Amino acid sequence: MNEPNFKTKLRRVMKAGFFNFWRSGFVSLASILVMVITLSVIGSVIFVGAILNITMGELRNKVDINVYFVTTATENDILSLKKKIETLPEVKTIEYTSREKALENFKLVHENDQITLQALEELGDNPLEASLNIKAKEPSQYEGIANFLNEENILSSDGQKIIDKINYFENKVAIDKLSRIIDSAERLGLALSLALVIVSVVITFNTIRLTIYISREEISVMQLVGASKNYVKGPFVITGIIVGLISGLITMFIFFPISYWLGNTTQNFFIGLNIFDYYLSNFFQILFIVIGSGVAIGAVSSFLAVRKYLKL
Amino acid sequence: MSIIFDNVSKKYSDNCLALDKVSFIVKPNEFVSIVGPSGAGKTTLLKMLLAEEKPTEGKIMLHDIDISFLSSKDMNFVRRKIGAVFQDFRLLPQKNVYENIAFAMEAAGRPDEEIESDVPHVLELVDLGNKIWNFPHELSGGEKQRVAIARAIVNQPDIIIADEPTGNLDPVNTYDIVQILKKINDLGTTVILTTHNKGVIDSIGRRVITMQEGKVIRDDPIGKYIL
Repeated sequence: MNEPNFKTKLRRVMKAGFFNFWRSGFVSLASILVMVITLSVIGSVIFVGAILNITMGELRNKVDINVYFVTTATENDILSLKKKIETLPEVKTIEYTSREKALENFKLVHENDQITLQALEELGDNPLEASLNIKAKEPSQYEGIANFLNEENILSSDGQKIIDKINYFENKVAIDKLSRIIDSAERLGLALSLALVIVSVVITFNTIRLTIYISREEISVMQLVGASKNYVKGPFVITGIIVGLISGLITMFIFFPISYWLGNTTQNFFIGLNIFDYYLSNFFQILFIVIGSGVAIGAVSSFLAVRKYLKL
Repeated sequence: MSIIFDNVSKKYSDNCLALDKVSFIVKPNEFVSIVGPSGAGKTTLLKMLLAEEKPTEGKIMLHDIDISFLSSKDMNFVRRKIGAVFQDFRLLPQKNVYENIAFAMEAAGRPDEEIESDVPHVLELVDLGNKIWNFPHELSGGEKQRVAIARAIVNQPDIIIADEPTGNLDPVNTYDIVQILKKINDLGTTVILTTHNKGVIDSIGRRVITMQEGKVIRDDPIGKYIL
């Protein structure tokens, strides 16, 4: 007897899998519901990860060092120091604010504060100092930069001390605390999401196993009729894949209104991230991850569950 | 294809001996009924033929193959040579009549054209041509059993095993099923039937093997139900 080719077998297995899915209506619906919950957890982990990442990034950006120069320091001296600092590998950006610019900023901030502006006018001279704003690549690197500035005996061309103060040492406690919080928040976030994902995957796995447990008699009948193990497994795996696929689509569909609704809230609460924008701009990436996880969970759990009942 | 049971014993546990040194030979194209009270070992015997159970001792030969040592892959080929019918029908509930029978043919690797022509044909043979698209739960017991028989014979097996096929049926359906089995036997297929229906045995008038407590106690060439 000629064995039919692979294409025929695949077509038969796909067809059987689809009918299996369609005809066990309520059971399929139950698996889809559980799978949607799991995929929502996985999707939420992606969103939470993005929020955490971007918020942490923003917080990191907020950490900086300001170096203030004595009012007599010349611009040339400051700029040459700036060049020197730029060569440090830890430094991400460095920005120079001249005395005039500082005065302008000050006036802008105190626009509505007439008393302060009057006091400033009475001084006559510009009392503000020029400054360098330094940002490091990692929060932990500020200490090194601050020490560099402190240890280097930075003098002007004519031997005068030009640095008035470095605000790192005033903010040290806050900066240290912040970098610790960022680190542990990331670690905690990772651990929590991993735990959630594992729990929901296990629940889905069990649900699919139960749906196949219902069919255990059928599985043995199929074998008694002479079906090979793979020919019995195939349709169940296809059913699992269909469940994963549909659940993935439903999950993505649900995320649309939810992220739209949460979009403005998150933008105000977390610094600058609108998750609706994130959803739209990373749509295909999220779609791929969500549907991919659904299909993988469906296929693998079906495969493992059927194998258990293939006794003959 | 002849079947040889050679000193076959099956122990489920130390104090549960289902078969005790059973030996007999079934020649090709024979119609053999196995009778005996519940627990005599009839079903165990048939399960071993399908390699659902393995013997604790002894050999079961199909033609010249010892099936107790076959790999599960080779056993699939053997099962396609044996059609099985059970008391509880064992149809696939999610598939309609056509698909139930087509499944056995697909499993045997038959091409689509053969499936499309053979399934209606075999259903005509068991007089169910009008129920081809019904699902098992829409059929009566007798109809389900006829579907099961159609599925068992569709791959033209050498042997049909029928384990109490009339156990759940009324007398009229019982008569029909027995007539179908006889017809199959007349067409050249070995039939092994287990039953404890005295009327069935007496009406067939062929070889009867009587079992009790795991042993063969009688083997009559033209038997009656005697216990």
